[in-house]
Parts: sequence; structure tokens; C-alpha cells
Amino acid sequence: MSIPNPTPLNLTQWLRTVAAWLVALLLFFPLGWLLLTAFKTELQAIAVPPEWLFTPTLENFHEVQERSDYLLYAKNSVITSVVSTLLGMLIATPAAYAMAFFKSKHTKDILMWMLSTKMMPAVGALVPVYVLAQKSHLLDTQLALIIVFTLSNLPIMVWMLFSQFKDIPHETLEAARMDGAGLWQEWRMVLLPLAMGGLASTGLLCLVLSWNEAFWSLNLTAAKGGTLATLIASYSSPEGLFWAKLSAASLMAIAPIVVFGWFSQKQLVQGLTFGAVK
Amino acid sequence: MNRILPRLLLTPAVATLLLWMLVPLLMTLYFSVIRFNLLQPDQIGFVGLANFEYFVTDPSFITAIGNTLVLLGSVIGITVVFGVAIALLINEPFAGRALVRVLLISPFFVMPTVNALLWKNMMMNPIYGVLAQVWLFFGATPVDWLTDWPLFSIVIMVSWQWLPFATLIFVTALQSMDREQLEASRMDGAHYGQQLRYLYLPHLSRSVAVVVMIELIFLLSVFAEIFTTTGGGPGDASTNIAFLIFKQALLNFDAGVASAGALFAVVLANIAAVFLIRLVGKNLDP
Repeated sequence: MSIPNPTPLNLTQWLRTVAAWLVALLLFFPLGWLLLTAFKTELQAIAVPPEWLFTPTLENFHEVQERSDYLLYAKNSVITSVVSTLLGMLIATPAAYAMAFFKSKHTKDILMWMLSTKMMPAVGALVPVYVLAQKSHLLDTQLALIIVFTLSNLPIMVWMLFSQFKDIPHETLEAARMDGAGLWQEWRMVLLPLAMGGLASTGLLCLVLSWNEAFWSLNLTAAKGGTLATLIASYSSPEGLFWAKLSAASLMAIAPIVVFGWFSQKQLVQGLTFGAVK
Repeated sequence: MNRILPRLLLTPAVATLLLWMLVPLLMTLYFSVIRFNLLQPDQIGFVGLANFEYFVTDPSFITAIGNTLVLLGSVIGITVVFGVAIALLINEPFAGRALVRVLLISPFFVMPTVNALLWKNMMMNPIYGVLAQVWLFFGATPVDWLTDWPLFSIVIMVSWQWLPFATLIFVTALQSMDREQLEASRMDGAHYGQQLRYLYLPHLSRSVAVVVMIELIFLLSVFAEIFTTTGGGPGDASTNIAFLIFKQALLNFDAGVASAGALFAVVLANIAAVFLIRLVGKNLDP
């Protein structure tokens, strides 16, 4: 093989950069467009050909809050996603710990069974859950969503945590035990620092899933307990032509979680590989 | 202690999941054999298998099963193929890679209702939508996406959401590859095609399994995208099983028929689960 000529290498590099940016911008384009439209007037929003340069207005955001009480839905979103995440972690962490560090011959079966409950489409439980919520007067409440979010995320959480915990060498924990550490100390001083990354990525994913959850929030809640996902769906009825307001409302609904996602994406993706990447 | 503690720790998760699975399932079984209209909850009566018969003989049923499978297959296919391609593209360092990564992952964090409305209006509207403008620019007749290609439109929206996810999982996998092995193969004169075939792709197989597994779980119950855009139509052209059951339950208020349908969904899910467990069992030893 001849000595590689630097010029074609640079060309490859150059092509790679251009292609990667093109792909990224193409995939991001709809979001960028949403961002632009949110700051347009309704007329500019449907202008043909599209306007790229315009004086941004904040009018839409103001009107969204006036028309549909954004803050109420935002509050519901924050409460349901945060509480269900915490609750889920509280139930999932001990279970994942038990399975990872006290393996029995049933461990694999239990894990598979848990995953299979997640395979059951939410819609399979729609009627019973709806009826139960109706009977217990939980329709259109935050509590209904908190319960449902926690339960439906639980299998994924146990799986993610398990796949992280099982990579922690047992010897580390045993060494601590030999040194006379109690169970609590063993958890706090040894396990927690090692598992922090896994716990964080699991919590992050759960937060994202709950925030974006639409099936249960659309079916179980409306004007009082509804999350931002329901608020946005209510903008689908008037046929078109309120795009600027729709964009503003959408932006307000996704901005918190998207920005949050940008900062945590590395951690999140690492956890999502389910131990498939060593 | 070594026997009691793990059980104690496992119990809350197992118990809640068991309830979450069994209670709705038993209720669904019960509802599926009675006449049960949500508007007249008092007038219930045993009807045997009539609900099943109604649901299965409904012409929408076969269409919905077909649509569910097409949606699953296309989105998984698109995200895996393009995901691998993009992952290979951004695996090597280049100017601004961190920013490209952030741009790429963004759609994954967008909630389905926003995703759907964004595509339905600003992108796919046949008059004012961006795609219509692009078509006009090239002198073509704009497509009325949601009317003429309803299922394909849903596939686009869902793929847009999940492609970033697949891509980043694959990138993470590629980053963990053995650099020395790659270097050695290059020294031995392997060209990129050979490296792809014998090094990159085999290394990705486990993460492909993970991506397929997670997408299968979430895509079986795609709902919001259909609910907010096509409403399952025109006709049943974009109705999947999830949406069909929803229609029976909360639009026709027929909880009996919806429950019969739900049992079919459970069977379908279990078939998928068996497939999944085979796939995961091989590739992901817990």
C-alpha cells in the first residue's frame, strides 16, 4: 500500500463535515421552522413564499397564555412528570438492586415478564383504567396521571437500572462489607457513587417520557389535570391558519424538556444502551 | 438475611406491576363478554362472544392490523438503516460535532402532539406548508400528504422522532469500538467496505437489537400522532389497532367491543413479545 496522500484525506474530511451538517440541519429544520413561526404574525406565518426576515413579535406567547392558561398545564406537566419519576425510582431501584446483586434462577424470568407487561399496548388497558378512574373520581386529576405514568414507566426503569447495576463488580460491595460496613453504609458510600450515572440516566429518561406522554393524558385528563401534551392537542381543532399561535404554544410546551434534553443527552443515551455497549 | 432482603426489595415492583397487569386484564376479559355502553353504564348484560364477532367482522379490523404492522416495519426499518448511516457519518471527529449531536437528538425530546401538529400544518399543508413550497420550487404539484398518503405521513412523523434515538445509540456503540483493531485492519489493507462488513456492522448488532426492542415497545401503541392529524382517516387508511380500540371505546362509547379489541391487541403484543424475547435473549444476556 502506498503512503496515503494527504489531499484526498482532507477531501473526505471536508465531505464528511458538509454531509453531517446537512443531515443535522435537515433533521432539525422542522424545529427551527417552529421556532421562527412562533415569533411571526399570523399573516407572516402563512406567507407564500415563506418569509425568512421579519420583525419578531412576542404577541403569540401572550395570547396563548390568555387563551388557554399555559401556566396551569405547565404546572400539571411538571408535577406529574417529577412525582412519577421520583415514585418510579423509589420502587424500581430496590428491585433492580435485588436482581443485580442477589441473582437467582428466576431473575431472568422476572425481568422478561416485566418487559412483557410493557409490551401490552396502553390501549389494551384503556377501558378498565378509564372506568376505574371514573369510579374513583380521578378523571382529570394529576393523581391519575402520576399513578399511570409511574406504572407504565416502571418496567423500563427496572431494566435500565438493572443493566447498569449488573456492571458494578460485586467484589467492591463485598470488600466494603468485609470492612464492616453496614447495609446502609454499603449503599451510601459504595453503591450510590458507582450507580449515580445509571440512576441519573434512568431518571432523565423517565422524566422525558412522562413529560411527553400523550395517550393517557389525552384520554384521562382535560381542562383541570391536563398536561402540556393535552393543551397542544386542543390546538388541532381549528383548521390551520393559527400557526403562529400554535407554534408559540408548541414552543412553550417543548422548550423546557428539549433544553433539559440537550444538557443531559450524553448521560441519557449512555443509559439507554441497556448495557449493550461495553 | 441474604434471602429475605432481596425479596423484600423486589416485592413493591413486582406487586404493583402484577396489579397493573392483572386488574385491567381481568376487567377487560369481563367487559368483553357483556354489553357495556359507557353512556348507559347500568344496562349491562351477558352477550357471549358477540363483541368479538363485531370487532373482528368490522372491515376496519384487518386494515388496522395491516396498518399497525406497516407502521412498525417501516419506522424500524427507516430508523435502523438511516440511523446506522448517520452514526457512521458522525463517528469520526469533524468541525462542530458536538453541536451536530445536539441538533440531531432534538426531535427525540419533542412530544408526539407537537410533532404531529408541526408536520400536519407547517410542513405538510398542501398550500402553505414548507414541503409544498419545495415541490413548487422544483415545478412539481404539491402533495396533499395527509389525504393522499396518510399512513406514509404518520410513518414520516414517527420516524423523525425515533431516528435521533437510533442514531445516538449507534454512535455510542461505535465510540466504544476497539481503535487498535480498526487501525490494524487498515494497515492490512482493508478498505472501508471491508471494515464496514467485518468490523463496524457486527459491532453494531447488539445495539440494533436494543433499538428494535425499545421501538417495538413504543411503536405498537402509536396514538397521539394519529389522533392529532388524520383521526385515523381518510376512512381507515391510517387507523392502527390502538386507534381503532380508542374509537370504539371513547368515540362510540362501546366499552364491550373496545375490550374485545383490546384482547386482540394483547395477543398481538404477546406475539411481538415472543419475537422480542428471542431477539433479546440472544443479544442481551441480562
